[in-house]
Amino acid sequence: MTTAPSRSGSTGPKPGPPPGRSASVPTSRADSPAATRTDAGVPGPRIVDEPATGAQSLVRSLEEIGCEVVFGLPGGTILPAYDPLLDSTRVRHILVRHEQGAGHAATGYAQATGKVGVCMATSGPGATNLVTPIADAHMDSVPLVAITGQQTRPLIGTDAFQEADITGITLPVTKHNMLVTDPAEIPRAIAEAFHLASTGRPGPVLVDIPKDVLQEQTTFSWPPELQLPGYRPTTRPHGKQIREAARLIRESRKPVLYVGGGVLKAEAAAELKELAELTGAPVVTTLMARGVFPDSHPQHLGMPGMHGTVAAVAAMQRSDLLVALGSRFDDRVTGKLDSFAPGAKVVHADIDPAEISKNRRADVPIVGDCREVLTELIETVRADRAEHGEPDLSGWWRQVGGLRDRYPLGWTEPADGSLSPEYVISRIGAIAGPDAIYAAGVGQHQMWAAQFVRYEKPRTWLNSGGLGTMGYAVPAAMGAKVGEPDTVVWCIDGDGCFQMTNQELATCAIEGIPIKVAVINNGNLGMVRQWQNLFYGERYSNTDLNTHKLRIPDFPMLAEAMGCVGIRCESAEDVDRVIHQAMEIDDRPVVVEFVVGADAQVWPMVAAGMGNDEIKVARDIRPEFDNDELAASVDDVGEMTEKALESDQ
Amino acid sequence: MSELHTLSVLVEDKPGVLARVSGLFSRRGFNINSLAVGPTEHPDVSRMTIVVEVDELPMEQVTKQLNKLIHVIKIVELEPESSVQRELLLVKVRADATVRSQVLETVQLFRAKVVDVSPEAVTVEATGTDDKLNALLRMLEPYGIREMVKSGMVAVGRGPRSITAAAVR
Repeated sequence: MTTAPSRSGSTGPKPGPPPGRSASVPTSRADSPAATRTDAGVPGPRIVDEPATGAQSLVRSLEEIGCEVVFGLPGGTILPAYDPLLDSTRVRHILVRHEQGAGHAATGYAQATGKVGVCMATSGPGATNLVTPIADAHMDSVPLVAITGQQTRPLIGTDAFQEADITGITLPVTKHNMLVTDPAEIPRAIAEAFHLASTGRPGPVLVDIPKDVLQEQTTFSWPPELQLPGYRPTTRPHGKQIREAARLIRESRKPVLYVGGGVLKAEAAAELKELAELTGAPVVTTLMARGVFPDSHPQHLGMPGMHGTVAAVAAMQRSDLLVALGSRFDDRVTGKLDSFAPGAKVVHADIDPAEISKNRRADVPIVGDCREVLTELIETVRADRAEHGEPDLSGWWRQVGGLRDRYPLGWTEPADGSLSPEYVISRIGAIAGPDAIYAAGVGQHQMWAAQFVRYEKPRTWLNSGGLGTMGYAVPAAMGAKVGEPDTVVWCIDGDGCFQMTNQELATCAIEGIPIKVAVINNGNLGMVRQWQNLFYGERYSNTDLNTHKLRIPDFPMLAEAMGCVGIRCESAEDVDRVIHQAMEIDDRPVVVEFVVGADAQVWPMVAAGMGNDEIKVARDIRPEFDNDELAASVDDVGEMTEKALESDQ
Repeated sequence: MSELHTLSVLVEDKPGVLARVSGLFSRRGFNINSLAVGPTEHPDVSRMTIVVEVDELPMEQVTKQLNKLIHVIKIVELEPESSVQRELLLVKVRADATVRSQVLETVQLFRAKVVDVSPEAVTVEATGTDDKLNALLRMLEPYGIREMVKSGMVAVGRGPRSITAAAVR
């Protein structure tokens, strides 16, 4: 342990909020009402002309904006900033092992807490190593501020050592970025970055600061005035559109609430539940929205899309009204767009106007913050109900409820007696429970974690949805644990993903961040192998990682080498025991390798580019949607053991 | 069938703003027919006139995506019938003594003017709509066009209203 005691140990006191910080801080979305989030007010006490270097001004700005933690790694051009950071008692710096880890950690922190995540790196390769997590945060609308050092102003453009045009490089994958050329501008740049990252549709903002700007003498004043004349996100929905939406809801007999990550980001879980119960409509939650509506809720049909439940996919296909809330009609949800929900009218509410009618034309577009949209919809629908009565959805529920009963999520136990990955993941979810946070990598294990862990609360499911970034999970779990030190954080990773970013376990061990990692080791790049199995004639080109045959690396030994507890589990009888064992370790990170069968596949599945009606519940098995033929189809599925989730709990 | 749309885009005069706008078009798969940028009556605000050939729905996407750029202050689509749209053309035409008078006649017919002359060529300056400039070019083509350059379309709405006045305070 090399760090100062005050900075290590997750159970130590979290840095307190800076003095003078009001409740309407834009960086703290969880406790600030939606309406104030877009106000341009910058938090912090009034400070006038404090003498400072650019670097000191940067650290002071981070302190006053309320940044509690920075994930980063120093280097030549950012060095000046690291000097005053050493003295800061309000900003904790966590030294990562790779800048990509810093970026995903900041993302995990942001997704778990709702606050802005901050990462820092030097110029050139440090900055380019942040590109993947920045692109990831961009796709998943995560409030992230990336601060990078840059070569000195006279050297910019000369191909100097460790120079990279990082504002140019990140232009298409940031919400905004800026190159600060005047040290006096640093406080405003930081304040604007935090404001842009956290308001409207959240996203990553990069602030690039040349080394000589950090070194130059300047003064620090706070709060700065934001100068963003072109930035005015619409948060209040239009009343006419809300009334129109309420009318469509009244007229609909087959409505579906199609809920995306925007509802989660708007902190609108309570409002969503209220609208769902008021309308009685079935609810589907996308990959990015898992947890925003309780899985235990009787109106929840589960996840839609490529690996969604039959009920969720079929309900959308047969719906006469999709009420899309903070969701974006992603191709993984819609399948082939032409055949998606052919009979449905669309109410589409999103804070980003560009999402509305981008993929599917909206009949009623609503631009606004999902919490405000839901609040007004509830009011309007309630009034509408009082006047017109409640529409009868019993026929619709017979249809979708029947599908849900007939096609629950399940899996086939491997014929060779190997451990089933779905079983392992469902047991982790059952034992760690709905209060834990789960971060997954990308691939089969991610889909199983989305399917077989039951989520009850927002911000308990973290994953890379849009970009699909393998290697996301370990650093994201680390960031989540830093943000929520009193919460159990499970990283559910694959053997492929784990080998991309596991070096951050050293960070976790040293910084006192006791995450729990389940490596679902199926010996292969499993999802790619599944596609090779289904679409490439079972020709397994370059997907065998030899983590089964050769056991390279030895995951428990790798974990032990990085200061973690390493455990291996190879049989179903041991699964509960090792999970409990992991749950009891709280002084170190723990890695449990689950050696699972290589042949398990993610089902149901809509093949890429196919229409959602082509959904298969298992290989070559299509669900029967016509009521009379249902009995026959169930027999076809007979070989599936169909473990309903309830039976596992 | 795609249509031509003329967008007036008010942007903050910041480094990189042109790259942000042009990069957005290319990465979203839209083609720019012409782009002209210059100062406005407000020192901090520049105005881009972008002509883009797209259908109506993608046009809506272009506008919305442009609006998301932080440095973009305002976007107005200028319809041909309610705006003045002009482009500047400089064209160097082969014109020795035997054909020079014919070339000059054409130039006069189009109310263009000669801005440079040499024994072998004249350089003609013309402003107008796309149609007019193309017609002029068609007439000059037989003599031999040595070199030409266009400014890109600039446009302003007809009537007393100002799009900058409302957008910039």
